[in-house]
Amino acid sequence: MALLEVDDLRTYFPTREGEVHAVDGVSFKLEERKTLGIVGESGCGKSVTALSIMGLIQTPGRVVSGSVHFDGKELTNLKRREIEDIRGLEIGMIFQDPMTSLNPTLTIGTQITETLRRHLDLSRKEARKRAVDLLEEVHIPNASRRLDDYPHRYSGGMRQRVMIAMAISCNPKLLIADEPTTALDVTVQAGVLDLLEELRQEHAMAMIIITHNMGVVAETADDIAVMYAGQIVEQATALDLFDRPEHPYTEALLGALPKLDEPDARNARLASIPGRPPDLLSPPEACRFAPRCKYAGTDDCATVPPELREIRSGHWVRSAHPASERAREPVAVS
Amino acid sequence: MSEQAGVTSEPEAAQPEPSAADEPLLVVKNLKKYFPVKSGILIEHTVDYVKAVDDVSFEVGAGETLGLVGESGSGKSTTGYCVLQLLKPTSGSVRFRGQELTGLKHEKLREVRRELQIVFQDPYASLNPRMTVGDIIAEPLVVNHLGTRKTRRKTAEQLLDVVGFSPDFVNRYPHEFSGGQRQRIGIARALALNPRLIVCDEPVSALDVSIQAQILNLLKDLQHEFQLSYLFIAHDLAVVRGMSDRIAVMNLGKIVEQGPADSVYGSPEVEYTQALLAAVPVADPRKMRIRREERRKHKHVLAEPV
Repeated sequence: MALLEVDDLRTYFPTREGEVHAVDGVSFKLEERKTLGIVGESGCGKSVTALSIMGLIQTPGRVVSGSVHFDGKELTNLKRREIEDIRGLEIGMIFQDPMTSLNPTLTIGTQITETLRRHLDLSRKEARKRAVDLLEEVHIPNASRRLDDYPHRYSGGMRQRVMIAMAISCNPKLLIADEPTTALDVTVQAGVLDLLEELRQEHAMAMIIITHNMGVVAETADDIAVMYAGQIVEQATALDLFDRPEHPYTEALLGALPKLDEPDARNARLASIPGRPPDLLSPPEACRFAPRCKYAGTDDCATVPPELREIRSGHWVRSAHPASERAREPVAVS
Repeated sequence: MSEQAGVTSEPEAAQPEPSAADEPLLVVKNLKKYFPVKSGILIEHTVDYVKAVDDVSFEVGAGETLGLVGESGSGKSTTGYCVLQLLKPTSGSVRFRGQELTGLKHEKLREVRRELQIVFQDPYASLNPRMTVGDIIAEPLVVNHLGTRKTRRKTAEQLLDVVGFSPDFVNRYPHEFSGGQRQRIGIARALALNPRLIVCDEPVSALDVSIQAQILNLLKDLQHEFQLSYLFIAHDLAVVRGMSDRIAVMNLGKIVEQGPADSVYGSPEVEYTQALLAAVPVADPRKMRIRREERRKHKHVLAEPV
């Protein structure tokens, strides 16, 4: 039994112009101690997927259907109070912006002990001691002294470390990190990613890393799900996804990425993807990538919605024209 | 489009001085920008200086791109602003087409600035939401009293075509456009005065990968078409490599390494550059372990701020 099983999750937001289908039929499984990377561009639904799992969708948005099965419990049916017990205790979370996710009027120590005392039966003193341990665990120098500092005394990278300390404070089984390093410099990012990996191993956690950065998932995830316009369009192990990407969108995305180690890149053009992602008020009826896909022909692309199918063991793709089938197409013709 | 997009009928803005013949387009020497740190409540006095740019020298030739990379706070944007004289340098020299820009008076500076333009990072903040796209693109012409209402409109239409839009978009407003499209409008505006050098300050860092590629390709095409020089400032090392002939790596206000792109990236000499390159996550899981090792090796040169 997987630790987390998400099945056909749909989260919609009503607006004046109609309903935005931000997450539209997302399913995946996450085993214990594994890391899943969810990657995609702005508005593809990756963050809304995470918020839906944790029951943090704000009205009028709502999870309209689907199930989130976590460690033997169905989360979508839980009452607010019940899911609050799980958040922070069994599922830890880190958000993108360490500058705004901490309360500027409270000391770091107060904010960490608040989480600890909410979930665990600790005295003030015990909680404080545990908070120092946590800051040390995330490698913040002079932990006991810095506990009484306010957030503005911390740099961006250090604040993110504080957020991580709070997220793991109750030994969660699952850590969800939503763009944990997007606001940080590459050098600081590297340190934070290394820290997350270290903690995942020590605490035997499973992790979901949500990011737009292909490099970040390549370096952290066991499995990767690529999202586009509210759906998972491809899912595979990290190695297989980067070795043999199948979905035309994944291929295009990797092609559009400037390479750090490509000589004479100056004189090359990047493969860009024409157009832009569809409006989720009225997404294309069939394949959502079809209008931008160079392989979409006069066939079913515009009429038959592609299913997520297993093209080879452990490699799922939602396209009528995955790479390995295209490779065979000319042979079939001749 | 074969002809220049801007106001071709106007006289040349500033004739180069004779001595400029064999000098590179832009020559920056010993540039410094110190910001005073003040203390005191009623009577302020300077207690220290933040040396944002500290003795920086580089050149940009015609049609060339110099990439300026570094972490946030390294002084790369401040350098760009000092080149444009949007910030007054504390000391040092900025020569453009043989002419010294530091100390130029307002009127004279405005004349020179026609040939020096900038594309900003945030396409949401850098376009006035109350102006039509046509007015935004033509504004540099208005400011410089160039052309008539009619010719300016024509120029705006031509420029829209140059950046890949329909000329009919002149009457639209910025909110009708996505981030990448807005950045195209910002680029069109920068082209309006037929500049020779454009400072690109993080032009794609607010954009998604697929859109980013479109803008980077557009910048390359325009450079080729109009013989533009770029001072390309960005924190994304891979993006900068793809755009630049030469690279300058900045750290704490200084250029620590400078050279042709392939040699700076292929065989960096300075350990700071090595550490910076090792920190970039690469879209290849097979390289993960080697890169983690590499990172650990250089960790000591990257003191993380606390």
